[in-house]
Amino acid sequence: MWEYTDKVREHFLNPRNVGSLDDANAIGEVGSLACGDALKLYLKIDGDRIVDAKFQTFGCASAIASSSALTELIKGMTVEEALKVTNRDIAEFLGGLPKEKMHCSVMGQEALEAAIRNWRGEPAVEHSHEGQLVCKCFGVTDEQIVRAIRENGLKTVEEITHYTKAGGGCGECVGELQKLLDAELGKAPVCETPLAAAPKKLSNVQRMQLVLKVLEGEIRPRLQQDGGDIELVDMDGTTVYVALRGMCTSCPSSRLTLEGFVEKTLRDHVDENIVVKEAAA
Amino acid sequence: MNTVYFDNNATTRVDPAVLAAMLPYFSELYGNPSSMHTFGGQVGRAVREAREQVARLIGATPEEIVFTSCGTEGDNTAIRAALAAQPEKKHIITTRVEHPAVLSLSQHLEKNGYELTLLGVDDKGRMNLEELREAIRKDTAIVSIMFANNETGTIFPVAEAAAICKERGVPFHTDAVQAVGKLAIDVRELPVDYLVLSGHKLHAPKGIGALYVRRGAAYRPFLRGGHQERGRRGGTENVPAIIGLGMACNLAAANMAEENTRVRALRDRLEQGLLAAIPDAIVNGDPTNRLPNTTNISFKYVEGEAILLLLDQLGVCASSGSACTSGSLEPSHVLRAMGVPFTYAHGSIRFSLSRFNTQEEVDHVVRELPRVIARLREMSPFRAGSEAEAALGKPACACQGCGS
Ligand SMILES: Cc1ncc(COP(=O)(O)O)c(C=O)c1O
Ligand code: FES
Repeated sequence: MWEYTDKVREHFLNPRNVGSLDDANAIGEVGSLACGDALKLYLKIDGDRIVDAKFQTFGCASAIASSSALTELIKGMTVEEALKVTNRDIAEFLGGLPKEKMHCSVMGQEALEAAIRNWRGEPAVEHSHEGQLVCKCFGVTDEQIVRAIRENGLKTVEEITHYTKAGGGCGECVGELQKLLDAELGKAPVCETPLAAAPKKLSNVQRMQLVLKVLEGEIRPRLQQDGGDIELVDMDGTTVYVALRGMCTSCPSSRLTLEGFVEKTLRDHVDENIVVKEAAA
Repeated sequence: MNTVYFDNNATTRVDPAVLAAMLPYFSELYGNPSSMHTFGGQVGRAVREAREQVARLIGATPEEIVFTSCGTEGDNTAIRAALAAQPEKKHIITTRVEHPAVLSLSQHLEKNGYELTLLGVDDKGRMNLEELREAIRKDTAIVSIMFANNETGTIFPVAEAAAICKERGVPFHTDAVQAVGKLAIDVRELPVDYLVLSGHKLHAPKGIGALYVRRGAAYRPFLRGGHQERGRRGGTENVPAIIGLGMACNLAAANMAEENTRVRALRDRLEQGLLAAIPDAIVNGDPTNRLPNTTNISFKYVEGEAILLLLDQLGVCASSGSACTSGSLEPSHVLRAMGVPFTYAHGSIRFSLSRFNTQEEVDHVVRELPRVIARLREMSPFRAGSEAEAALGKPACACQGCGS
């Protein structure tokens, strides 16, 4: 039996926003009856804001809970904000998913993107037909795999299977998965052009590298001018823990420094969701 | 409502009489059956009696019974014994629907120098004896065919298959773990060389089993060590469990009729009640040649794990062949071998009853399950005749595994 968090169980037993929306203007569908899980997401978008969201899901408890969580997360968001919701946000909302079930949260993210594409009048893309097909058994492409590796900081083929299902059938594609993984892990993770729109969603490693780079290049020089300094202590997702040094420690406006200058700079350069906190001494 | 336990093919409740028989061997009677002193000797006598009880249930002689730590050990021991005794023969035949105790061993052996033929089954889970006949080669070292399938309850023509093998001089093993205690088995009329049973499927504890080795059949110990089990399996005997298995075999003989009348009637009532109340449901497996306690039903448009968890809320224990419960991403190998469409396989639920179940429990499930299925179907984007289902026919999905 799977170890589900209470939150997963609760959302499975009492799912929010089940059903269809008659006046939906964005519909996203992923998965199929045959593949064992499928999600149909209905959104009502007013202006650029998601004013209502409903879902229909065929799948296991974690697929249903992930769908419920997704609708709760995105209701009230702008489309721009919703596009930043990742599978990890869904999993985190539920207090975590068993690792073997992470693909349920990925399905949520894919349905959301499909719905927004539908709203924008872009063609629906089947889960299997973007990029090169790598896993025949589950119809997973190299793009989907590389993305799962990057966004979730995956380190092993087994993890790829947990997130995308690829490799979970006949196993024939495992060699190919390993190659994709090696290519990703071997690659220098720092974006050369962090400000370009390119891949907005960063893996943990990428985000960490980028934060360090911005701290070194932009933030520390400024603080040092004022006799202060800053050190990166830890990162947890998009939360950055720092310690202020030098003049900053005694400066009554250090909180302002953190929230204002440091956070803003990191948000501008790395990720809009960055929250800067002072590390506990 | 108390727990309704309909998962007896997974494991069974230890019969209170079995437990009572075992208890003294944990406390006062703790001697080693191999010891020379009277204190151990009396335990040795009890083990001897248990061996007779096990032998009697299947028509064997006590010398033909080797106690093992589980069904899996019995299967591994038998197959490896046959292979070791005929090192020049490199071909193994078994079925696609075996329990992993046989199937994963066979696949492991295939990676290590053996050739493996996996016999298929039809849509009811039945094997074809002609296919077996054709598969046998000069270098076939062992044929292993289960007595009854754990997921569907389909009973295999073991007597006929074993006769074919005997005629061709090929050793024959049957995994009878699900059959012993539910079906009358007599090895005097069944030309098998090896037969395996497991205690926890017939109201004895987990972690005890027995391997029947026909007198004269090739044998090599799997566990080498002391002279226990007449040198056929090293290791000090699990005395309390052996005593329990003996008692359970006695009880099984006494209760066999009940399994095939009252338990069968309960199973049929459950199956018919559910099929009548729930549309788009089918029974997997052979409707006639089937274990009396098992029914495996697929509910279309819903997924097995979700059904199980909602049943769990109602105190009902069952199991599923869905991908999400198998721990892998694909539905049960048994249902796939039968060609059950994935659309049904994902929503399969196995109910397996025992003599401890009651009609009240059956009626509880017949009352509650339709609501569970309806609730999940309401949530599902698919339903009978829906556009989405029609879309399934299109080759929209590159998943070959989907079968769509
Ligand atoms: C058909 C079959 N064979 C073998 C086994 C394995 O038995 P054990 O659990 O005692 O190792 C089982 C039990 O799940 C079974 O159903
Ligand atoms: S091709 Fe990926 S598991 Fe079969």
